[in-house]
Amino acid sequence: MSQAGSGGGSGAAADVSRAEYCAVACADVFRGNGEVMASAFGTAPAIGARLAKLTFSPDLVLTDGDAALVAGAPALGAAPSGLVLESHMPYRRVFDVVWSGRRNLIMMASQIDRDGNQNISAIGDWDRPTAQLIGVRGAPGNTVNHSTSYWVPRHSPRSFVAQVDVVSGVGYARAAAAGPAATRYHEIHRVVSDLGVFDFETPERVMRLRSVHPGVTVDQVVAATGFDLFIPERVAETRPPSTEELRLIRDVLDSRRLRDREVPA
Amino acid sequence: MADKRMTLDELVGELRSGMTVGIGGWGSRRKPMAAVRALARSNLTDLTVVSYGGPDVGLLCAAGKVRKVVSAFVTLDSIPIDPHFGAARQGGTVEAMEVDEGMFYLGLLAASQRVPFLPTRAGLGSDVLRVNPSLRLVTSPYDDGEELVAMPALRLDAAVVHVNRADAAGSGQILGPDPFFDDLFLGAADRRFVTTERLVGTERFAAEGPLQTMCISRLLTDGVVETPGGAHFTACVPDYPRDEAFQKSYAEAAGDGELWGTFRQRYLEVDEPTYQAAIRAAGTAAAEGAGR
Repeated sequence: MSQAGSGGGSGAAADVSRAEYCAVACADVFRGNGEVMASAFGTAPAIGARLAKLTFSPDLVLTDGDAALVAGAPALGAAPSGLVLESHMPYRRVFDVVWSGRRNLIMMASQIDRDGNQNISAIGDWDRPTAQLIGVRGAPGNTVNHSTSYWVPRHSPRSFVAQVDVVSGVGYARAAAAGPAATRYHEIHRVVSDLGVFDFETPERVMRLRSVHPGVTVDQVVAATGFDLFIPERVAETRPPSTEELRLIRDVLDSRRLRDREVPA
Repeated sequence: MADKRMTLDELVGELRSGMTVGIGGWGSRRKPMAAVRALARSNLTDLTVVSYGGPDVGLLCAAGKVRKVVSAFVTLDSIPIDPHFGAARQGGTVEAMEVDEGMFYLGLLAASQRVPFLPTRAGLGSDVLRVNPSLRLVTSPYDDGEELVAMPALRLDAAVVHVNRADAAGSGQILGPDPFFDDLFLGAADRRFVTTERLVGTERFAAEGPLQTMCISRLLTDGVVETPGGAHFTACVPDYPRDEAFQKSYAEAAGDGELWGTFRQRYLEVDEPTYQAAIRAAGTAAAEGAGR
């Protein structure tokens, strides 16, 4: 079931916080990645990408969140003056990376649905939305060019919805309907929420509960999800961080505990 | 060489109601805010604003200048959504053409290169195609036969960008880490304007930064305006950072008639020197930076 991903033995699961489980689940999104640009939106994904680089995916390429690629795995909120830059990565060059597929990404989702469609554009009617969100940003292009995963820090029927209002990131059914040019490089790999981890490893490529975080029941997940989630016969628990991973999270990457503001203990 | 120096009023005088205007920068970074403020206090209306959107979009919407916004996002960076743009959308007062930010880039590139469209996977399967029914697909003429999005050229009547240094002939130097898409905004436009923190002699560029910072050629510009602090309150590094306190007060004025009235009176119904004096008086961080 659960297993420690890297050296250092199993963590002291009893005092591992929910936010730390989320960070480790996000790190696992980058497992097996070689030299690709890891982009991560949100605190748990930001910790996760750095943690992956420091442990099982050492060749990952991280950005400074501005216009450069950075060496090492700087702590969250590290001063820009302390960063070692390894390459210039202005926005225009990001598209070369995205469209060549040399990237793995965890985006956030205001809404996500059973097919893996994501919405960050608007809630309600297009012509006069009830809530204007940030906009589709790069989500349409990201999802048809390289593997994309999502992070939802507050799992609820308002975020896990039957159908998203504006398809920004493209899910499986929509990609299939758009044809081979859309499916060729399309993958929605994982969805990580504060309740569990989800994938699309079902015959119909619909969202499946992959694991629940310790302390969360399957019924809780079902009640917080606004669509018919695929529930396997046996549901695993999200793996705990190893002792070394826990040390890296707590002492190296996020000593200011920004993770607790995103997912309260 | 032609002397392209002009004033903000002369720049605005080149524009007409109903025009499509591109605005450089990205989010709340290196936006030509002095020009945006000049637009906000002009008599122009019904503009189509094309922008990697930040407070330029929100401010012009709040000032009632905008008919349509072409964007991939409108954000203040440290504040995720520009609430003035949000209010305009939720009130149904502006039309939106929202596309993927890579599609947006290709639209500017196509316009710059004078081709009708450029192909891309970006947009396939997404609601970008549903909410923009004018967008078309194109089938590859080669053996793969892939059906891709044909991103149309985003042709602009005018474009304004803000740079750190420029000379009188209209060459511009961007000293910050990202030139964004400013050269493409200019390349896509019929009337092309650069505003700058400081007008310098051409021979000064080399002392300011390496060759690759001299990224706006005079081939791309018709007019240049010196406007110190002209990106305030957005970030204009290394000259000054974003004025977060001021940006917060801008955001808080959204949807509050009284606060917006005060903001408008103090910061928008005044000329640029008065604005700069007002923010210096407010003692904000960016003003301190700009004054160094």
